[in-house]
Amino acid sequence: MVDVQYTKEEIFDLLSAIADPEIPVVSIAEIGMLRDVCITEDGCEVIITPTYTGCPAMGIIEADIKALLDSKGIKSNVKLSYTPAWTTDWISDVAKEKMRKYGIAPPEHSSCGNIVVAEEHIACPQCSSTNTEVISRYGATACKALYRCNDCKEPFEYFKCH
Amino acid sequence: MSHRLAEWCSNGPILEEDLAITNFALDLIGRAQGFYRYAAELEGKGRTEDDLAYKRNERQYFNNLLAELPNGNFATTMARQLCLSAFEYYFYTALQNSKDETFAALAAKTVKEVRYHMTHAADWVVRLGDGTTESHDKMQEALNDLWMFTGDLFEMDETDRAMAEQGIGVDIEALQPQWTEYISGVIKKATLQMPEAEHMQTGSRQGIHTEYLGHMLGEMQYLQRAYPDAKW
Repeated sequence: MVDVQYTKEEIFDLLSAIADPEIPVVSIAEIGMLRDVCITEDGCEVIITPTYTGCPAMGIIEADIKALLDSKGIKSNVKLSYTPAWTTDWISDVAKEKMRKYGIAPPEHSSCGNIVVAEEHIACPQCSSTNTEVISRYGATACKALYRCNDCKEPFEYFKCH
Repeated sequence: MSHRLAEWCSNGPILEEDLAITNFALDLIGRAQGFYRYAAELEGKGRTEDDLAYKRNERQYFNNLLAELPNGNFATTMARQLCLSAFEYYFYTALQNSKDETFAALAAKTVKEVRYHMTHAADWVVRLGDGTTESHDKMQEALNDLWMFTGDLFEMDETDRAMAEQGIGVDIEALQPQWTEYISGVIKKATLQMPEAEHMQTGSRQGIHTEYLGHMLGEMQYLQRAYPDAKW
């Protein structure tokens, strides 16, 4: 079914409302996963890119996209694209601020070369102190590491630069 | 490798390691999906990434021997991870320059993940090697036992050579000096000795494996073999 009442931009806006299943305060557009929307003969093709190759949230995001567009009567096909490779540099500043308020320290560096150096002195999202230390390089998800603040003593997650 | 690492799930020495190792496994699954999906697409016979993972026999697998070896103790797992992840780091760094756009993109993604695996494994090799007498001995033994499988990493067959010549693949042999330099640096820092290479066991390029792969596939492919095309 061709639904001519939606333009590419409108569909993109609709999809921008979909939240990241792991970090619900940011949308898939803000985090840089939603890459493009192409209007096709019988609906549209949505192009998304994975943050981490094995990110289990991808399946949920794909289902969310289809369900949302279905509810608007738009037939869709979700395509996974690896080029160009996603990087934390694509996370918007607004999204980074939302992450911080949510309690996750956002990635501090540009897709960094030296991870050992880049992992030091991550600012605590609670008290902003940089007197922090790594507890574990892997947290509840592959994209986050576990930290502890030595000043306010709160543990927190850090979204690793990637 | 992912299947092997997943065997550590709930068996890690500490919770953080349980998380780290299973996260490696997840990265590796994602990477395999990406490459298998592309392979299936290029083949164009309607097979999917799952067909390639669950419906090939032992001799149709070309994974490095190191990746199928049993986990052993924690030292064995970390020593194996160091050897393999360091290889992957140099391999995918080179593959980023592939003329094939999909290879280059998958490689760019993989390199970032592998860097974490490699650093993590190196930290443990150093910590255990430069630890107590017991941890030192266990790590040295792990490296000695695994060493004969490291030569297999750098073997190339005709397909590998053709791909490297056309700028699609990587000249794998050429990676050995960088790999050896990195590994020997870690081993030195860990106060361990470089193992001696008397004999190198190879065969993965011809699909010839250790006795362990068949058993592992038996478990991994059980569901698809018992209930073909089952979906859940």
